[in-house]
Amino acid sequence: MSYSINAMRDPTAETESVERDRIPPKMELSNATIGLLSISKERSAEFLDSVEKLLTAQGHNVLRFEKPTHTKPAPEGILQDIVERCDVVVEGLAD
Amino acid sequence: MFVMEFLAVVKRDCETCKLVEPVLAELRDTHGVTLYSQDDPAFPELLGGAEDDRALKQSWRLRIETVPTLVRLEEGAEVSRTEGWDRTEWARVTGMSNIGVGLPPFQPGCGSRTQDPGMPEKLALQYGNLTFDSREIELGEDDDPAEIAFDRGWTDGMPVVPPTDLRIARMLSGTARAPDEIIGLIPPNLAECTVEKVAINAVMAGCRPEYLPVVLAVTEAALKPEFSMHGLLATLWFSGPVIIVNGPVSKRLGMNWGGNVFGQGNRANATIGRAFQLLIRNVGGGRPREIDRSVFGNPGKYSFCFPEDETDPDWMSLNVARGSAPGSSTVTLFHGDGVQGIADQKSRDPESLARSLAMGLCGVTHPKLAEYSNAILAISPDHYDIFKAEGWGRAEVESALREALRRPGRDLVEGEQGVGAGIDPSRAEEMVDKFREGGLLVVRAGGRGGLFSAIIGGWTGQRRHTEVQIVSQEIGI
Repeated sequence: MSYSINAMRDPTAETESVERDRIPPKMELSNATIGLLSISKERSAEFLDSVEKLLTAQGHNVLRFEKPTHTKPAPEGILQDIVERCDVVVEGLAD
Repeated sequence: MFVMEFLAVVKRDCETCKLVEPVLAELRDTHGVTLYSQDDPAFPELLGGAEDDRALKQSWRLRIETVPTLVRLEEGAEVSRTEGWDRTEWARVTGMSNIGVGLPPFQPGCGSRTQDPGMPEKLALQYGNLTFDSREIELGEDDDPAEIAFDRGWTDGMPVVPPTDLRIARMLSGTARAPDEIIGLIPPNLAECTVEKVAINAVMAGCRPEYLPVVLAVTEAALKPEFSMHGLLATLWFSGPVIIVNGPVSKRLGMNWGGNVFGQGNRANATIGRAFQLLIRNVGGGRPREIDRSVFGNPGKYSFCFPEDETDPDWMSLNVARGSAPGSSTVTLFHGDGVQGIADQKSRDPESLARSLAMGLCGVTHPKLAEYSNAILAISPDHYDIFKAEGWGRAEVESALREALRRPGRDLVEGEQGVGAGIDPSRAEEMVDKFREGGLLVVRAGGRGGLFSAIIGGWTGQRRHTEVQIVSQEIGI
């Protein structure tokens, strides 16, 4: 077998990127369950408390979630929990 | 009656091959011999030349390391061989007790061309079963491989060495590990990373094959969950992975721990760190201004790798202080920023110098913040002399720094000194440590001529000290 001298090998993971449309934003929020995901930075909870108060005052059903740490991605279990129980999600607080 | 054959591999550019010419003629007349010449099929003239093996196919198949090599086959299978000229050995292999009478009893052979630098890998690709799983990117006749690499987004902004099969094969000769071994999942895309992908990126970074085990160890260290590579990549802060190499490996690879240790000019320092950064970019998909959200970044994100100065036996090296066996080679990965110098040309006693260096360290992240990030302190040889003259080693230096880095909380709380930033007001009555235990890495590095040392601040994510930790990894083969 001979090897090619006029070729290079791909240094990437060679994962195909699949173009997908974003899910259109939900315009109608009545009867929607809104998830609030804290990323666990300082004062995330405090910020989301205020958001929760505003949404609850408007009659929305609000559920709270929290990542264990902002230094790592959210565990799969939390993401699945949000997908199962919520219609929309608000994530915060970043700096 | 079994079938007996002899094969001999020779080259003209070998005095011992010329010496055995009459012996080979003797063998041919008695039993017959098939000759292969690695450099000139007209040689040996006495026997009317040899089979042309300039392409080294037979030499590779026969695993020839020395010429001349004589091989005895019975029923097509090798039963014995001898290398160079040793009359006793040739007599044993041929069964001809009087072979080569008149020649000196012994003369060593020469290196086979199959052993020339880079040749084993070339032959393994040509005739062996060395193949790669990575996709082949064909180049057109007029394509510049460096430009193709830029166009495909494979580079850090500087040119890369084109990863051709031969270069990858030579890179892989630096490790005993199989190309298809999976090292782990590289963030942010959590893409599977094989030894082959590490080798390809190491080629592009400009590494030599002997650096590959270090790059592999860096990759394994970075993938430990407690290092939080994903968070380090994604952070808004300046940091990137800073690699500290300890042990005999740094001398073996010719790394620089002396003058300009954090600067340009040393191939191993420059390319080991770069290889890992390219791996994050190419295999992990972590690119600046995408998942990498750094507000400023820092030049160390091209590459930041250096060895500790271990030339003074009185100084306990960082890896030993962190629990590795003395004499072992390791990498330690730190989430670090750029370099901040601290000058002190007046301190003449170790107590003063430790307090002085601590003042510089208080500035890491923010002078009024505490336990908010870690740091590296690199002590220069001239500063180290002041500690050593009074018998201070690692333990004394670290202890004095720890003491000097403990400050009254009331000076640091938010709003104090007319500055909003600071620690939580609830800590006003405490004495507060600047760094958590183990969070300040003290190393020796740098050249002579300056009474200054260097500070490398750490990632603010390190304040989550249970989730974000400095990691070490032994370098394998």
